[in-house]
Amino acid sequence: MPTVLVFIHDPGAVLAKNDRELLTLAGTLGDPVAAVAGDAGDPLLDGLGSYGVSTCYLPADPTVGKSLVAGKAAFLAEAVRASGAAVALLGNAYEAKEIAARAGVRLESGVITDVVAVADDLTATKSVFAGSYTSQCRVTTGIPILAVKPNSIEAAEAGQPATPETIRVEVPVPAAAAVITGRVDKPATGRPDLAEARVIVAGGRGVDGNFAPLEELADLLGGAVGASRAATDAGWIEHSAQIGQTGKTVSPQLYISAGISGAVQQKAGMQTSQVIVAINKDPDSPVFEIADFGVVGDLFTVLPQAAEEIRKRRA
Amino acid sequence: MDEAPTPGLNIAVLVKHVPDAQFDRHLNGPRNTTERSESILSELDEYALEAALQLVEQHGGDAAGHRVTAVTMGPGPAVSAVKKALQMGAAEGVHLTDDALAGSDASATSRALAALLSHLGPFDLVLTGMASTDGETSLVPAQLAERLDLPQVTFAAALELEAAEAGWTLTARRDGDAYSETITCQLPALVSVTDQINEPRYPNFKGIMAAKKKPLRTLSLSDVGLTAEEVGFAGSWTAFEAAEPRPPRSQGIVITDEGDAGLRLVDFLAGQKLL
Repeated sequence: MPTVLVFIHDPGAVLAKNDRELLTLAGTLGDPVAAVAGDAGDPLLDGLGSYGVSTCYLPADPTVGKSLVAGKAAFLAEAVRASGAAVALLGNAYEAKEIAARAGVRLESGVITDVVAVADDLTATKSVFAGSYTSQCRVTTGIPILAVKPNSIEAAEAGQPATPETIRVEVPVPAAAAVITGRVDKPATGRPDLAEARVIVAGGRGVDGNFAPLEELADLLGGAVGASRAATDAGWIEHSAQIGQTGKTVSPQLYISAGISGAVQQKAGMQTSQVIVAINKDPDSPVFEIADFGVVGDLFTVLPQAAEEIRKRRA
Repeated sequence: MDEAPTPGLNIAVLVKHVPDAQFDRHLNGPRNTTERSESILSELDEYALEAALQLVEQHGGDAAGHRVTAVTMGPGPAVSAVKKALQMGAAEGVHLTDDALAGSDASATSRALAALLSHLGPFDLVLTGMASTDGETSLVPAQLAERLDLPQVTFAAALELEAAEAGWTLTARRDGDAYSETITCQLPALVSVTDQINEPRYPNFKGIMAAKKKPLRTLSLSDVGLTAEEVGFAGSWTAFEAAEPRPPRSQGIVITDEGDAGLRLVDFLAGQKLL
């Protein structure tokens, strides 16, 4: 069985959902090993073990993340070399893609981003032009480095848990790197991350500054709140909530679009969602062309009524 | 304002000619390459150019010896991206073009651009957009930084330069989902900017007329010291095996609210097992 390296680029105390998905995918392709770009405490190592990880590579200097991207990319390249991995998997967040990009140059290896499936022969399936095309790609040179989108596979623990052995690898310090000198945490919303959420309730111009009914429905469904560019540009919600060509690309199980016309810029970020529900006053909104269920109506009456009904049925 | 180091800032802005995302976009031909009619300057590159122009203006303008060069690679019509950049205010343009470049993936593109920038440079600052609006991989800026051994400051939502005797210091803000970071480095550096950083200017009549007199050079692969095998399909580390248009989403049910749309919406979700 080939060795499959999962790179955990932004480690927390325990495994994140996307990391569990990557480890599950790794288990289908070969023997999973992990590389953690920072410190790994016991809860994280136990988590890795439950996905069958036998070896966990750590940077000799855990502050490898102090420089922007360059340090973690150098670590990924060293971990691939040290493990003899046949393929490396990591997430598809911007920073993860950039780490993949630089490690690819260091290893003279091809990188494929936005991957949604990987076959046994390492052919990767990815979407192109914001989901207008589905393509099959292969890495033809070096060790494939694949950035895999969240929600591409259902996470499942391994049948045979392992106790990972930790190995520290020396990472060459990049000669010239930008340094992260400050970090301000944003207040936590308690809602899931947009990229990983199974349900997203998104609002646009029609929300007119009031996201409360969207937040209520999102919280009932355990979902995240997103927005069109019109809503973020208006300052109604922070920019990181933007879904679309210049924001995030999401593929949740359920996308509820409220007060969004659904122009190209927005469609690019959400058209690969499994089920799309749209509410808009304008019957000619393009969003209705791609909606599985559309309501021509006022979101301020439809959303609260739906929320009330869900509460009633659950009571 | 502090005294700028001399000579002035030499800034390269990478611009790309991409299919207009307002229309349907297609992959064509036996090797699934991008159909490039109906193409424009990538909207996301306009922010990079505007950032370059603003940095120059904040630090003494052209008179201080600063210079902005718009750079592109691609087939003949790609030069229109450079022309638009000249109209907006870049001082000169360079177009790397060669039939062998066709089919370049991110690794081959970054190799070609690294050779081009090394040939033209040295640059104090290489500015790019956050992604192309066609390939959308965001790989090229990071790979270019790795190849040129430059510090990378990517996805900058705000940017400042400070001059000191020892050189220029760059400070940027980078906004993540859960936190916002401050990044610092000395120039030279590679910086990519988001669409939050500024509001790109429109070329005015004066700019359009002035652009016609600005130097615009065309270079081939051999001019920058590359062979055909190092770029294009041959020099790429990834390959498309197949691509097919995603079947269009079939239109579902659309109802008009008659007072019970919220209930019918919940019925629909229950039927889809989404509750």
